[in-house]
Amino acid sequence: MRVRLTFLFGVLAAAIAQMSLAQDARMQLPTTVEAGSAFSIPSVGNGQATLYIVGLGQVLKRSVKLGETAFFPAGSLISAGHYLVVLAGTSATQNGSFDVVSAHEPANLSFLAKPSRLPVGLHGGITGAVYVFDDYHNLISAPTPVSFELANPSSTVQKQSVVTRNGAAWAVMDSTAHQGIDKFVARVGDVYSTRVVAQVPGDPCGLKMTAQLIGQQVRLVTDPVRDCSGNAVPDGTLVTFTENYNGAQSTVDEPLKNGVAEVELSAHNGAAFSVASGIVMGNQIRWEK
Amino acid sequence: MLKSLLFLATFLAASSCVASAQASVRVEPTNLQGPRSLPEETGRAAIRDYLQSWQSLNAAFEQNRASLLDPAFVGIAKDKLTETIQQQAALGIRTHYTDRAHDIQIVFFSPEGLSIELLDTVNYDVEFIDNNGVKTTQHVSARFLIIVTPAELRWRVRVFQAEPE
Repeated sequence: MRVRLTFLFGVLAAAIAQMSLAQDARMQLPTTVEAGSAFSIPSVGNGQATLYIVGLGQVLKRSVKLGETAFFPAGSLISAGHYLVVLAGTSATQNGSFDVVSAHEPANLSFLAKPSRLPVGLHGGITGAVYVFDDYHNLISAPTPVSFELANPSSTVQKQSVVTRNGAAWAVMDSTAHQGIDKFVARVGDVYSTRVVAQVPGDPCGLKMTAQLIGQQVRLVTDPVRDCSGNAVPDGTLVTFTENYNGAQSTVDEPLKNGVAEVELSAHNGAAFSVASGIVMGNQIRWEK
Repeated sequence: MLKSLLFLATFLAASSCVASAQASVRVEPTNLQGPRSLPEETGRAAIRDYLQSWQSLNAAFEQNRASLLDPAFVGIAKDKLTETIQQQAALGIRTHYTDRAHDIQIVFFSPEGLSIELLDTVNYDVEFIDNNGVKTTQHVSARFLIIVTPAELRWRVRVFQAEPE
């Protein structure tokens, strides 16, 4: 029994001694360091050692004198992440770790706006997503307010304020009623990023043609073709004229020139003429001599 | 018969080695922000490709060969990891990263569909080896912010950043 107790106390004492050694060997490390800022690592003991700071974003190696504090000037560690610290002396190696966190000040925005071109008057047609980075291209995960602004020269400005979650924010905007080049801006403080979104006229609206006899032909001419918001549909947009006569059908595609399309077709008595552009149907004319 | 048993034993031993080398993966229910819903298949592919990126990372850091990052990393993540590998090589250091467990959650699918953000609490071991003989291993638990973007055939990691849990 006495032997057992002695053995137990012996093991306990050895364990306590081991724990106190481990405690002595523990380095005094900062818990976190802001990317790019200065920091220091004190050490204990005597003699020379090599200090390693090892992470996925950076690796540092430095000779240090044990018992002194190793100073790292601003800019030494700039990549956010988890870093292992190894202090290798002649007799022992001490380990520790700390985190480098992104700088608080946003410096870069990764801003993706889609689409770059869309028709006017589309509800929720434009989206923007932004990731916020610091000066060292570390994602800033702390909630950060972002303002999105879509400005069209001839209409009101749409604004949205969003707070990032895990470094990301997004917004959905409507395309306005007026064609033109919009500026889509994402802004965090003084940092901003601009994308250009072209708003083009939508599908023709109220497509209408008139007919006029020219010799043996009927000339069909559209009114100026506009979308439902009154924007001129661009030249080059195809307009399809169709003649149905006696069971036969003739079709002609004509591009808009100066806002209108025109064509000459045979003037058959009783023929039916129709006009369309894309999926939009216009009026019909029945030709009677 | 003996040959068959030997083969079976070898096979089981090999299987056990493979199993122990693979990290356990837990995928949390998606907690998505953004106007766009994430197709299940897309989410699975993004997670699969991200997990494979750990193998590329480990091989690249162990061999100090940044080119091994190419299939899995792109942009900021690739630039930073490449630079670190170059620093390791210059200092005569190698590191061996072994991921043991992942706890993954998809948190953002950007509206245009061109990026997915994941959070992953990773348990991993880092073995540190200096050519002059210093060698140590540490177990780490860290939360990673990951942004993956689509490439020709797979999702590639564009942002790969650990932060305090």
